[in-house]
Amino acid sequence: MANHQLHNQHLLWRAGFGPAVEQLPDLHRYTPREYFKALQKASAAAPVPLDVIPSVFKEEMNSSMTGRKRELTAEERKQRQQMSRDGIRQLNLTWMHAMINSSAQLREKMAFFWHGHFACRTQNLIHQQQLINLIRQQALGNFGDLLRAVSKSGAMINFLNNQQNRKDHPNENFAREVMELFTMGRGHYTEQDIKEAARAFTGWAALPSGEFIFRKLQHDTGVKTILGKTGNFQGEEVLQLLLEQKETARFITRKLWRFLVNEIVDEARVEKLAEAFYQSGYEIIPLLESIFLSKWFYEQRHTGALIKSPVALIVGFRRMIPLELQREDAILLLQRALGQVLFYPPNVAGWPGGKNWIDSSSLLLRMRLPLLLTSADEFNIGAKDDDDVMMGMGKRGEGLFQLIGSTTHWDPFFMALKETSREKLAETLQQLLLQVPAQLSTKKIEGFADARSRESFIRSYALHVMSLPEYQLC
Amino acid sequence: MLIKRKEFLQVGSLATASLLMPKFLKAFEHPASVPPGNKVVVVIQLSGGNDGLNTVIPIQNDIYYRARPTLSLKATQALSLRDDVALHPALEGFRELYDQGSLAILNNVGYPNPDRSHFRSMDIWHTASSSRDYWNEGWLGRYLDAQCKGCDRPTQAIELDDVLSLALKGEQVKGIAVKDPRRLYGTANEKFFRALHSQPVAHEEQPVDYLYKTLAETMNSADYIFAESKARPTKANYPNTELGRSLRTIASLIYSQINTTVYYVSLGSFDTHVNQQAQQHRLLKELNDAVFAFTKDLQQQHRFEDLLLFTFSEFGRRVAQNASGGTDHGTANNMFLIGGGLQQKGVLNPLPDLSNLDEGDLRYQVDFKNVYATILQKWLKANDQAILKGQYAPLNFI
Repeated sequence: MANHQLHNQHLLWRAGFGPAVEQLPDLHRYTPREYFKALQKASAAAPVPLDVIPSVFKEEMNSSMTGRKRELTAEERKQRQQMSRDGIRQLNLTWMHAMINSSAQLREKMAFFWHGHFACRTQNLIHQQQLINLIRQQALGNFGDLLRAVSKSGAMINFLNNQQNRKDHPNENFAREVMELFTMGRGHYTEQDIKEAARAFTGWAALPSGEFIFRKLQHDTGVKTILGKTGNFQGEEVLQLLLEQKETARFITRKLWRFLVNEIVDEARVEKLAEAFYQSGYEIIPLLESIFLSKWFYEQRHTGALIKSPVALIVGFRRMIPLELQREDAILLLQRALGQVLFYPPNVAGWPGGKNWIDSSSLLLRMRLPLLLTSADEFNIGAKDDDDVMMGMGKRGEGLFQLIGSTTHWDPFFMALKETSREKLAETLQQLLLQVPAQLSTKKIEGFADARSRESFIRSYALHVMSLPEYQLC
Repeated sequence: MLIKRKEFLQVGSLATASLLMPKFLKAFEHPASVPPGNKVVVVIQLSGGNDGLNTVIPIQNDIYYRARPTLSLKATQALSLRDDVALHPALEGFRELYDQGSLAILNNVGYPNPDRSHFRSMDIWHTASSSRDYWNEGWLGRYLDAQCKGCDRPTQAIELDDVLSLALKGEQVKGIAVKDPRRLYGTANEKFFRALHSQPVAHEEQPVDYLYKTLAETMNSADYIFAESKARPTKANYPNTELGRSLRTIASLIYSQINTTVYYVSLGSFDTHVNQQAQQHRLLKELNDAVFAFTKDLQQQHRFEDLLLFTFSEFGRRVAQNASGGTDHGTANNMFLIGGGLQQKGVLNPLPDLSNLDEGDLRYQVDFKNVYATILQKWLKANDQAILKGQYAPLNFI
């Protein structure tokens, strides 16, 4: 079937971060079903945990657990904070590297979804690393298990102030967000439910190592009434109550639909998917199967209907055009200027996505990205400071204001096109790189390409296609 | 060959038309462009949380001096406004504006249930949401939504920056960020982008149409802003700092025929956890020198009456200093209001009550949304209730 290629590209962009250059020759050979099964298989194994924690942190953690930890000086503490912030930058780049290079695309893509769903900002490297690893670990498992693990992580307990949630001094932050953002969504609970649930979560705390502990003496053992049920609830039971609400299945499925399928929600389909998700006890893989193995997923109204997030844009480009950067941290500046820095979601609601990614500045920068990354254009954008990260020590409007030094490996790309005749090149490139037809004619784009040699043509034509507004879509 | 030539002609005619057309013709082209006398707002965001207590200093308050044994500024070091209040020594120009009756200070501005994270608190100021809500549009973005319905370039609000702030992102319309009109013009006029711009924009609701619409608006705006920035450039001297350059650009645009009513610019970082004194002094001096040059320029050009400039920060800082010669994140803060059209001048309301704190932080007395409402309703003649999605009683400073 001639459309396998487009459909497989569609699948790879949604169930992963786009086709990789070495996959190009295969795209028309298999059915999407075969491709999805292969993706699933490649994501089946447990992921290798990301580990960027400096050895000094590990040594100190070990000695603190054996009770031999000495007090740090103020200077040392400051140094540790700096190392922690640097570590989170490293964690960002390391995870992005996995998104680009890992064959477990489905797992990393879903981890990226949960990373936005369980949005958490903390400067604590140990906690951040634990959280992302548990999310990657359970990204394709059971949503209930994932919810429980995230709720008990040191990162989330600290971020949502559950350390301060004590008997007689409840802090409602976690109870509120778990209902509003992690499970049911607004409008399905009352302020009283939040108050009562907060009491059930009293005593949930974490050690500096990130390990969960239950502080019995701080727990409110009294009777609570939550969502119409009354009992001596503890935190786990509240999470169970939330999972028993069908709204939770609807909320998650709806959000996943907007992330994987279309910003426009097909309510009838979402309702069916949510019902099955609920009946399965929140198993994630069957939900993904019922999306990616369906016929409707490949309908034209869904192809090219999503605006790529900045991370998906950068990762997708680098999967297609392998390149090495002299300064990998240029990617962090790009993330900032484009409005999505991994591990720094704007707030607990995560990145709003869709049209919110696009404004005049971000669109022009996105369209210049292919030239910037291949060192053909100067990076002259100053990104805004993030004071939560820089603590006032950033340079305002930090930018490179120079070429991003990079070495681009075009050979695999040329290889992938070696069977394509010169006349067919332009059309083929457009089909491989875009999910919606370009408004600008092939002829006009050719007018901008360097036709001196076959290779220079492929290179410059591809870069122009990837500079189109249409390339922002997948 | 023929195709390229044709393209060049299209592009060429488009660019030159807006650049070379005489002014009087242009007036016909944009009947909506704004005549002199156009009221403008300049927002200066002090990013990072400026320490308000060392900016507007309560020089007769013992609690202040006790809480800040080494960081407090003595009356003799500061620029006194009244017996009980003085400005940071770097703010000489601000004192002169105060003496002229062109400056007002609003104390204890904040919002209920304050958040001490930079990002979150800045979001709250940008969107004008309550601290319980997460909104994706900024208050000036919603102003743009109202002003720029169906217009082809959203230049009613401009941010002097490379990256657009949430404050200027509306639901339908997003503002434009331009640090240097010439550079933006150069980027937007890259030949390939121009070729894209000459594509007709479909008016469908597909994402691709939204991208092309944004691109078209960007290019129209880039041309327009660049042309207007050159139409009547200011000849006044400005300090050679980033804020100085931005305010010079703003002044030039104010003197042109551009339809911009809101200018937005940031200065930072004021996040002074460590060794606050030097950092805050440097930044306040940059603020003072640039703003003073700007106000002098506008006064000479008789446009000062049309200016309302205000400063804000996402939060103030703790009353007590910390162990590193700095201050940590706090809550309520003061705002400066500057312009030739102030109805109320000087210190508008009582100084912070340092004997009545909320866990070491100031309690807010004025909700910033009342300030926004005042500006939207009285200065910009906009529908403040629709834009702020709520009713906030206007204040009387204008």
